[in-house]
Amino acid sequence: MELIKQPWPWYVAGPLIGLIVPALLLLGNKTFGISGTLRQVCAACIPANISFFKYDWKKESWNLFFAVGIIIGGFIATYLLSNSGQVNINPHTTALLQQEGVKDFSGLLPQDIFSFSQLFTLRGFIFIVVGGFLVGFGTRYAGGCTSGHAIMGISSLQWPSLVATCCFMIGGFVMTWFILPYLLQL
Amino acid sequence: MKNIKFLVVGMLFGIILVKSEVISWFRIQEMFRLQAFHMYGIIGSAIVVGIISIQLIKRFQLKTIHGEQIVVPDKIFHWGNVYGGLIFGLGWAITGACPGPLFAEIGSGFWVIIVTLLSAIAGTWTYGLLREKLPH
Repeated sequence: MELIKQPWPWYVAGPLIGLIVPALLLLGNKTFGISGTLRQVCAACIPANISFFKYDWKKESWNLFFAVGIIIGGFIATYLLSNSGQVNINPHTTALLQQEGVKDFSGLLPQDIFSFSQLFTLRGFIFIVVGGFLVGFGTRYAGGCTSGHAIMGISSLQWPSLVATCCFMIGGFVMTWFILPYLLQL
Repeated sequence: MKNIKFLVVGMLFGIILVKSEVISWFRIQEMFRLQAFHMYGIIGSAIVVGIISIQLIKRFQLKTIHGEQIVVPDKIFHWGNVYGGLIFGLGWAITGACPGPLFAEIGSGFWVIIVTLLSAIAGTWTYGLLREKLPH
């Protein structure tokens, strides 16, 4: 039990995530992917006569169950299986982030950016709202996210997914190195 | 009720995401700053296990638990893979979370991320609205 309560190393977590690929295939021919759920929610709640959202979303409702499962799993891991605390990141990263204006390092997310009290500041709005919008817009435009393209797509040797994954990384590097330092100082 | 098994798999996925700190904004920063192997190790080893699993499924022509043939649909390249991928990358580095971790963060009690998730849904909706006008 003590071992489970420690943060899990990459060589435990990575292969376990990889096993979700065959698990979903064997359980019902489902391809691993999360961003499709966002489309599902649009189709179910706000289709607004847009052709992209006019399809039989109920047929693919498995992924809504999958998403709810992730929420429950997050709850279980945090409240029952964790010695929650600071993330043990590279001290160089911590030093850089401190220089750029991040103050709180006590949890998984910096509370001085991601909290309701920050939501109505310019910086908080960009990190919480604009960031989310880019994730939702970008993943659908790209046809998948880290799970659908990087893991499922590359696992099934599909080169468009490799292209998409490289673009995810390029976008992330550009943001982190050239734009984020300014955003953090807002 | 046939979907409950996917809820269970989702739960396991959520637990892994939290326990390996993939949902941490700091871990994503570390990854994009090339200052740790952690995230690369996770994604890389997940892909290796995924490749081997799919090869085994193909080699032994395994069927689903309902006896159906397993098919992995081909992804067809379009320029959205590039433009959308870049846009998602920008957002990923800001939020420190891709869609899976967003759900797990909410379960972990980061309530403000509900706003991020709603905004992501709005982003997907906006894509649906503009789809025909965007280059693909």
